[in-house]
Amino acid sequence: MEVLSDHNWVLTVGTFLPLVGVLIMLFIPKADEALSKAVAIGTAAATLAVGVFTMVQFNYDKAGEMQFVAQAEWISVIKSSYFIGLDGISLPLYFLSMVITLLVMIYSWNHVPSPGNAKAFYILMLVLQTGMAGTFIARDLVLFFVFFELVLLPMYFMIGVWGGENRQYASLKFFLYTMFGSALMLVAFLALFFKTGAESFAIPFLIENGGAIAKNTQIWIFAGMFVGFAVKVPMFPFHTWLPDAHTQAPTQGSVILAAILLKLGTYGFVRIAIPILPEAAKEWAPWIGLLAVIGIIYGALGCLAQTDMKRLIAFSSVAHMGYVMLGISTLTSFGMNAAMFGMVAHGLITGMLFFVAGSVKERYHTLEIKRLSGMLVQMPKLGWILGFCAMASLGLPGLAGFWGEFPAILSAYQPAPGLNVTVFRVYMVVAAIGTVLAAGYLLWLYQRTAFGEPTEEFAAGHGHDEDIHDVNKFEWIAWTPLLIAIVVFGVYPQLMFQVLDPAVGVTLKAFGG
Amino acid sequence: MFSASTEAAEVILKSGWFLENAFIIPIIPAVAFFLIIFFGKKMPMKGSEFGIVSMFAALVMSIGAAYQWIQRVNGVSEETYVKPIIRSWTWWQNDGVSLGIGQHIDGLSITILVVVAFISSLVQIYSTEYLHGDRRYTHFFASLTLFSAGMLNMVVAENMIQLILGWELMGLCSFMLIGHWWEEGANSRAALKAFFTTRTGDIGLLVGTSVLFFAANDWTQKTLGVSGFSIRGLSAWALSGDPSSAAITVGAVALFIACIGKSGQFPLHTWLPDAMAGPTPVSSLLHSSTMVVAGVFLVARVYPVFYEGMNIYGNSVNFIVLIGGVTIVIAAALAFVQNDIKKVLAYSTVSQLGYMMMGLGAGAWLPAVFHIFTHAFFKACLFLGAGSISHSASHHSFDMKKDMGGLRKFMPITFSTWIISTLALCGVFPFSGFFSKDEIIDNVGYAGYNFFMIVGLFGAFLTAAYMTRATYLTFFGEPRGAAAGEHHDDEHDAHASHDDHGHDAHGHDAHAHDSHAAHDSHDDHGSHGPRESGLIITVPLILLATLALGSGFLNAPAFGEKWENLKKWVEPRAEVVSVTGIAKPAGAHGETRLAAGSEEPVDDGHSEAADSGSHSKAEAGKDGGHHYSDCGSKTPVGGVCYAPQLKHAPFKWWKAGMSVGIVFLGMILSWLLCVQLYTRKNKKLVGLTERNKALGAGYSFLANKYYLDTLYEKIIVRSIAHPISRGAYWFNQNVLDGIVNGAGTSTRKTAGWVYRNVDQKLVDGAVNGAGTSAENAGGALQPVQSGKVNQYGALLFGAAAIGALVLVIINF
Repeated sequence: MEVLSDHNWVLTVGTFLPLVGVLIMLFIPKADEALSKAVAIGTAAATLAVGVFTMVQFNYDKAGEMQFVAQAEWISVIKSSYFIGLDGISLPLYFLSMVITLLVMIYSWNHVPSPGNAKAFYILMLVLQTGMAGTFIARDLVLFFVFFELVLLPMYFMIGVWGGENRQYASLKFFLYTMFGSALMLVAFLALFFKTGAESFAIPFLIENGGAIAKNTQIWIFAGMFVGFAVKVPMFPFHTWLPDAHTQAPTQGSVILAAILLKLGTYGFVRIAIPILPEAAKEWAPWIGLLAVIGIIYGALGCLAQTDMKRLIAFSSVAHMGYVMLGISTLTSFGMNAAMFGMVAHGLITGMLFFVAGSVKERYHTLEIKRLSGMLVQMPKLGWILGFCAMASLGLPGLAGFWGEFPAILSAYQPAPGLNVTVFRVYMVVAAIGTVLAAGYLLWLYQRTAFGEPTEEFAAGHGHDEDIHDVNKFEWIAWTPLLIAIVVFGVYPQLMFQVLDPAVGVTLKAFGG
Repeated sequence: MFSASTEAAEVILKSGWFLENAFIIPIIPAVAFFLIIFFGKKMPMKGSEFGIVSMFAALVMSIGAAYQWIQRVNGVSEETYVKPIIRSWTWWQNDGVSLGIGQHIDGLSITILVVVAFISSLVQIYSTEYLHGDRRYTHFFASLTLFSAGMLNMVVAENMIQLILGWELMGLCSFMLIGHWWEEGANSRAALKAFFTTRTGDIGLLVGTSVLFFAANDWTQKTLGVSGFSIRGLSAWALSGDPSSAAITVGAVALFIACIGKSGQFPLHTWLPDAMAGPTPVSSLLHSSTMVVAGVFLVARVYPVFYEGMNIYGNSVNFIVLIGGVTIVIAAALAFVQNDIKKVLAYSTVSQLGYMMMGLGAGAWLPAVFHIFTHAFFKACLFLGAGSISHSASHHSFDMKKDMGGLRKFMPITFSTWIISTLALCGVFPFSGFFSKDEIIDNVGYAGYNFFMIVGLFGAFLTAAYMTRATYLTFFGEPRGAAAGEHHDDEHDAHASHDDHGHDAHGHDAHAHDSHAAHDSHDDHGSHGPRESGLIITVPLILLATLALGSGFLNAPAFGEKWENLKKWVEPRAEVVSVTGIAKPAGAHGETRLAAGSEEPVDDGHSEAADSGSHSKAEAGKDGGHHYSDCGSKTPVGGVCYAPQLKHAPFKWWKAGMSVGIVFLGMILSWLLCVQLYTRKNKKLVGLTERNKALGAGYSFLANKYYLDTLYEKIIVRSIAHPISRGAYWFNQNVLDGIVNGAGTSTRKTAGWVYRNVDQKLVDGAVNGAGTSAENAGGALQPVQSGKVNQYGALLFGAAAIGALVLVIINF
């Protein structure tokens, strides 16, 4: 593969710089929390600076090609190499992971959840960052798998140590469920390796040779990957770990989980499963589409049944990722573009929603919808931000969410050649009905929590006045970039589509459409 | 035609700065919105200055564009297709094809632009007084401004996606504005209902846009070089003979469902009366020129799609005519049982929108668009008049029976503007409503829809009757309640609204009372009787009433062809236009002016097309010398059509006389009944509905709004929100999660059994690791009671899990 840029060090540095920060932090005494935080935030900022540099150096006219490619020997015994690169599909997610990590760290400055220990908390976030960024640039399946698994542990500890009352159960469920998927995925990777002649784990090589595998074998290999990725997305019916993990996780964990971790699954479909196994993808597509639209409706119904704000937002992820998966399942450029856009948009919007939920919890010490009312009276700014995010989440045009949702619905009208048109058109209508349900649960939530007068329990003069304050400085710093991004990408989506579209075109070459 | 088109080929269409840059019009209020949000509170007028200035700027630009458009149209002969001014920039892309955002400026968009900018300006000025001292004054102006921006954007939209953007922005702002006083549950519920209902209709918008895009895209790209979202492309495609009838019908029906939701057509009209919970200026803006007109506008905008998809040329009953006709009558009937003056007006709006839809459905495009135009003025005037009454006379009550009566003496300006607008609404000659509504009724009959013509006449009768009732209750008779000066300050304002619930079929109906305005601006009032409002309120009323009286003369076929200006300026000409140089699709970057040089009128070289376009149906004498083209009835040859050839009913005085007679009949009957009921309290009539079972049943059927709200809220929404969602969640927790937990528990038990029986008894040592890890996994499944973190266990488990993973890898 031709090396497109001389700057092929940027990805390696951008990915592993957080680990350097971790090394430094190991020598900082636990008691000196401020220093730990400062070093960690400094590291994340430096990482983001490398990310910005990457964005600047990126050749946007060749967004469809791999850039900053680097390849080095790694585990030659199993013919795996350290092979990385970045194209238009990876770039937005790669960059998003850096932004989110930094913002979450800034937010954590005065929001380290109980039982404290800022040092360990920040170290985990840095490790997580390396894992996330690495997943998006890996061009070798073993490398991908290592990074993919690397994110598990820090998140497991974040939930299990800093989580809510039921954290043990939630963290273990998260870990075991994902491991279960990963195991099957690994089997699939190995099968792929052997079926293509045991020559290489490099994704480009597998894309070239994967199509030659017999169709039935492809379908089985795809099944393994499907379970691995679908658990991570999560797709119905593999989603049950998600509400528990989100509800129990600390705010920071929820934000990262929603904004980035879920995308590892969808990214896996787009980057690995579909281009390598096009025949199997076509066979699987209607079933993926089916689970996607079930997820859309089912997730929305789940939301309507919730009494807890955070759990509601968690269920909304199931519905939103349903749109992403529906887009992917059409195997068309409209669908893939929508899915990629939707991943970033969901990251921004749902990330913000979890931030808001965290801040609400901090102020009221509860997220029970019944007990919350009249937030707009007590905290007008926070209330309006919640309203803004709810509107973005339900897919209002002019905000980012729309561009992940509408083109996905659109794409289902005309899936890739060879797929059953009638089936997908039914999916389209069901998905469109899902937008109404989304409006229903989000606005209902908003009406119940933000409108009206505060409940007696939290009314002024009932002992909660000190806790209940409007958005503070750190929250503003952490949230403003996200809020701006939601508007900017909503108003001018071409910013992202021009990066995504060429890369999506390359990915879909095998489908001719 | 032959010579005309040759001439036309030489004529260069005039343009101008305002036309070329009309896309700026929606951007101005959009920018103002952000200014209000970020700097509004610090400004001397609390942000309202941004809103008002932006609306005036938009108005000036719209009028400039209108002037230049008229110049453009007047510069060419009547048989020349006047190209819209289309510009497009890349907004997003797919598969390397850029999809645009820009402007599509023609007679229709110019008409609505002027109306929207004008009404918005007046409403904003009016609001500075009406909401003076409101607790969310700045926020109110921000929403109002964004609302106008949404509508203006929809009007200039170059393509369907841009149109959806404006459409949904309005939905959002209507949510914020209707729920402006969200402290009260009824208001926030009304806001939710409005958003939710229109959103339900929007399923159709999303689906319809998708269907039409894929059906049209190949053809539009090949023929015109634009995408299947483009309004120009869709119009031409619909008339090209290319569409399969299934695709275009499905697309048109789906889009029309969205219009039913947005424009309050039966059966999704129920949100509209509840939307009266918002401040009165909002009602005025929503129900005159924006929001509810959006659906009608959409049908008019991509009219060829509906024309072909709904078979409008076929003269058989189609979906649009049917819905429009039904809406006219059912809404007008509901207006009779309202005691809230704003609700009378709300149902009146629904009914008038029905006229517009019915007109569009019967091919009366121009009268329908004209009715949007005139209706905007007189309905805005009526709403603002109702606001003026509540502001200055009835102590923030809108209840006609309790708090009004005899106001004509106290409010001469409000009264006279109300009367002018009412006459316009009823369609009395020579007020504006006559020229638009009568034209709709006339053309519906002319197109062969005789039944619907009668529906229209019956609707006119009902309109005259319910408006007479409202006028009587408000301005005549003896002053009652607040109008008689009975209510004073605090004892009343918090409660009067609650009393009203007794009348409503549903306890949570929108408040008939701007109670927060009462709270917030109370000091101004003290204790006073009814009086006329100040200039900031009356001047907009006078301006609107002037237009309610005069705007009809823009298109008055009654006085001969010279008076049909709107027809000349606004109705797109159904000409076959040759497509010479196809505009290249805009690249990923930069701007493409799609209109520039891409097409020319058909000239000699395409004379077959010109022939088929003009002579085949030359009924010149019959329709005042106009020629007919085959656009819409035959596949165009050698070019494309952008508009179907529509018929126009010749004006007949006897028809007009008949409908005006019906209107007067309605007024007189209603007046007599009102006098008997409300002033004389005729014992035979008062309480008749309580004595007569059949009438009582009819009354409660109406009072309960045909039980549609009950169906929607109590049955559909409640079942989804409660049993169905709970069922799904139960499934989630007990079945899906049960499987997961079951797997975990059984694994632990198996592991335990294996450990006890296999490991300890049979194998010793080597397999120990796996067993330990499994047991640890099981241990962690049990809730830890200590409350302190079991870090050690977690770490151990993590390590064991990684170990297990390594085992898996190696074993493979």
